[in-house]
Amino acid sequence: MSPADRSASGSGPAAIRLEEVGMTFPTSSGPLRVLEGVSIAVRPGEFVSLLGPSGCGKSTLLRLIADILAPTDGRITVAGESPETARRRRAFGFVFQDSTLLAWRSALQNVLLPLEISGDAGEGRERARRLLDLVGLTKFESAYPWQLSGGMRQRVAIARALITEPRILLMDEPFGALDEITREYMNLELLRIWQATGTTILFVTHSSPEAVFLADRVVVLGVRPGRVKLDLAVELPRPRDPALKETVEFARHTATLRRALVGETRLE
Amino acid sequence: MTAAAAPRQDVSGRGGSLLRRFGLPTLGILTMLGYWELHIRLFNVPHYLMPPPSLIAVTLVEEWPTLERNVGTTLIEAVGGFLLGNAVAILLAVLFVHNRPMERTLFPVAVAVRTVPIIAIAPILVLLLGNGYAPKVVIAALISFFPTLVNMVRGLESVEVSALELMRVLSATRTQVFFKLRLPSSLPFLFAALKIATASSVIGAIVAEWIGADTGLGYLIVISTFEFRTGLLYATTAMASFLALALFLAVAVLERLIVRWQPATTRQ
Repeated sequence: MSPADRSASGSGPAAIRLEEVGMTFPTSSGPLRVLEGVSIAVRPGEFVSLLGPSGCGKSTLLRLIADILAPTDGRITVAGESPETARRRRAFGFVFQDSTLLAWRSALQNVLLPLEISGDAGEGRERARRLLDLVGLTKFESAYPWQLSGGMRQRVAIARALITEPRILLMDEPFGALDEITREYMNLELLRIWQATGTTILFVTHSSPEAVFLADRVVVLGVRPGRVKLDLAVELPRPRDPALKETVEFARHTATLRRALVGETRLE
Repeated sequence: MTAAAAPRQDVSGRGGSLLRRFGLPTLGILTMLGYWELHIRLFNVPHYLMPPPSLIAVTLVEEWPTLERNVGTTLIEAVGGFLLGNAVAILLAVLFVHNRPMERTLFPVAVAVRTVPIIAIAPILVLLLGNGYAPKVVIAALISFFPTLVNMVRGLESVEVSALELMRVLSATRTQVFFKLRLPSSLPFLFAALKIATASSVIGAIVAEWIGADTGLGYLIVISTFEFRTGLLYATTAMASFLALALFLAVAVLERLIVRWQPATTRQ
């Protein structure tokens, strides 16, 4: 699905749908309400950024969608199914903040891990090589994680998430630990990969420029309990390049987000 | 990747690295032996109290048939104990990690066994198991068991939360999580413990031989002490040391073959 299709109304089946989702963690000092009445729908092929200050529960939200955690309230569907079914059918890939590459596996072996676990590693080698091509690591298939830079490791992690050909990619601050130059480069790479694969992406970040630069839509979460404060459609042309960040239009978007975020931190 | 490895190679590849790696340690040992020899000759120390290194070397050659016959026994006992103790430790560690109540029940027992001095428990075991290989193997096993248990449990638990989340997202079974994640993560910890166990298993075998044996390095130590054959006593001690060193090197080589993924710097 190409980005152009996103104008085709929200009436179709959503890639990800959250309805009144709430999450409470039991802690030693009583229950902690992390998320409250969160409703979001992500259309197929859409790139949505989930933005919020630290502690707003955006990572938790991603883990609810990925069936790593179960919500206390509300309903979640992923590709029209329950998160558990979607997970078992490998409908989504997940990219963590740290690359979580296995240190004893080469880049290629790391990319192949999901197929080994699902038991169809046999025909995957060629696909794994093509994905390493796609993320620009053709020459590094036999390199071990310690031999790769932070940005390279994260690209291996993206290739690994894509190996099962998921329709949805969940990304939890994947470039948060990278320096600014590498991060900008990785943003461009991610947009290129997104265009090439047509995957739906839900991208968690705490950087508003990053959120705007990448996404079709930015959803801002408030703090404790996290709820949707703002749902901003990004009306900037694609394909996007770094020069876009110097435009007034871009600044207007980030300013809107900043105001929404500042309002949040005052609450604390 | 080569860029990351290059500076390291530069440092160790500079002229004189051979001297630093082998020359200096050899110089240290030769200095010690030289001083030892000189001191005994200059101050006329009686050889039955402390023989000079030259005499020990001569004894090593002259008594070689005796030493060779006895070192074999101790080798079998030490290796047997090493294998038994570490196998039990590894199995228990795996059990502990998968079954918390089991850990809470059995760990105090393991600690209790650990607190009994090996010297004190040796006569009891000889009494129980007779004069053959059995008590020696069991004592060597007991002494090498505990460090491996503790390290292996730590190793199996040294898995990052995000790696476990990754396994969850990939719908990995418990067996897959164990073999693809926990076991490889534990190997560096395991080998650290195994290296300690090489020396301890030799100690265990020798101590057991003191209590009751008619062959082995421990037996030879007792006999040569009673008969004031100091040269043989020192030669036997040197053999025990060589034996422990050989076992240590064997484990180190095995580690190099299996744990290949660590950067060279953390291994030195």
